Amino acid sequence: MSRNSQEYSHKVAIVGASETETVGKLPDRSMLQLHAESAILALADAGLTIDDVDGVATAGPTPAQLTEYLNIIPRWIDGTAVGGGSFLMHVGHAVAAIQAGYCDVVLVTHGESGRSGVGVGGRGAAPSTIAGQFETPYGTWGPPSMFSVPIVRHMHEYGTTEEQMAEIAVATRKWAELNPRAMMRDPITVDDVLNSRLIAWPLHLLNCCLVTDGGGALVLVGEERAKDFPKDPVWVLGRGEAAAHTLISQMRDMTEWTAAVQTGKDAFEMAGMTHQDIQHAMFYDAFTHVPMYALEALGFVKPGEGGPYFAEGHTAPGGDFPMNTNGGGLSYTHTGMYGMFAIMESVTQLRGEAGARQIEDLHTSMVHAPAGMFSGTSTLILGND
Amino acid sequence: MAYEKALPQPTPETQEFWDGLKRHELRIQRCQDCDQFYFFPRPFCPAEGCRSLNVEWETVSGKGKLHTYVISERGFGPWADDAPYVIAVVELDEGPRMLTNLVGVEPDPKQLPADLPLEIFYDDVTDEVTLPKFQPVS
Repeated sequence: MSRNSQEYSHKVAIVGASETETVGKLPDRSMLQLHAESAILALADAGLTIDDVDGVATAGPTPAQLTEYLNIIPRWIDGTAVGGGSFLMHVGHAVAAIQAGYCDVVLVTHGESGRSGVGVGGRGAAPSTIAGQFETPYGTWGPPSMFSVPIVRHMHEYGTTEEQMAEIAVATRKWAELNPRAMMRDPITVDDVLNSRLIAWPLHLLNCCLVTDGGGALVLVGEERAKDFPKDPVWVLGRGEAAAHTLISQMRDMTEWTAAVQTGKDAFEMAGMTHQDIQHAMFYDAFTHVPMYALEALGFVKPGEGGPYFAEGHTAPGGDFPMNTNGGGLSYTHTGMYGMFAIMESVTQLRGEAGARQIEDLHTSMVHAPAGMFSGTSTLILGND
Repeated sequence: MAYEKALPQPTPETQEFWDGLKRHELRIQRCQDCDQFYFFPRPFCPAEGCRSLNVEWETVSGKGKLHTYVISERGFGPWADDAPYVIAVVELDEGPRMLTNLVGVEPDPKQLPADLPLEIFYDDVTDEVTLPKFQPVS
């Protein structure tokens, strides 16, 4: 990254954080209602109210739809909306905005009626868009039919197996068993995954994330105020973001998440850290292969070593690299743009509030999420020292 | 019976691609400075370090290889009767990759090894639109 990104490290902190009261099936709440509920709860977590907010970032609704709903006129807005990782980018942008003096208290919100579809607009690419011309005519129908396309190439190049990818679902379910809020808590085996019905080979049902309703919000402030709140601050130590393509056929290398290579390097450089410094990981798991690609691209293992690494149990409870400890998008919740929940679990762990699944002596966590389907990514490094 | 699946609507910079398919020619662009072919159509060379505006349309071989794919076990709306069907990325012999469907082959991983040689099948789905599908080389 250019020009001393380290100067921006450890200067802005998350001081308020909350999900909606419940997640899962919430047909009684609209999409914007989920934003507002999590916003009010996150602000209360910091001892603040909506009136204290002067910066707003969101994806899903436009920032104006959110400010209208909250009835505020902030001095800074960010509507970066590139999919599940948008909220990680908002956090990175807030670090700069707060230090530039554009605003003092940033609220980042997420809410999605992904399962119930209450108050949600339409979907689908118009026929004259790039996707409408070069993707939709071939019967693509959503993430399971597109995000999955590169997998066969990874299997071909590296010998990655369906069993190894099933292990990722099994390890993540073990974490969900420890999370009372998780939607799926019954133990599963590799055979359960491989015997679950096929969705888009090589994806079976249990290789795929859930579809739920829920929301979450974060409150960020600068270092001058960061210690004045009820909870200890969770510092933003590093960030990286990238956008590359929208069509899955335009992924530069079907075996490497190229954009993630870049965002990982940028986040490490800003934080002044290396892989050995990261104690906990939230790698967005829309499908089992997604955290595998992230692990390799971020440099925690070499290309092709991701499958065996997960199969060895490193990321499961008791392993030396705990990952997706809330149960992930696979077993905890997945509203559609799950990135907010990935950040939320890192904050929960770094605050020591994770209950039965708490990682001991935890000081650093990495959050990684896709922007679209391998299109881009964002990486955050958070810490509590 | 009317074709009910989604159809592409050409835009100015993609019109030649779709017009070519209607004539059963696969037309893609080639940079006249760096010589590379590219896809999808754009009025400039997208290659890193080149970005030249000096590009021309060329008719290419329609031959390629199966780069990667999924077998969709579900089909929605007008695709309901097609499942299982193969959504594939073909790597053209000229280099570029594009999404397509495979025809003339069972949707079975055993029949579909990576790098399987493929050739184009011009699927005239309507009077106006021909889609570039691919099939194993016979």
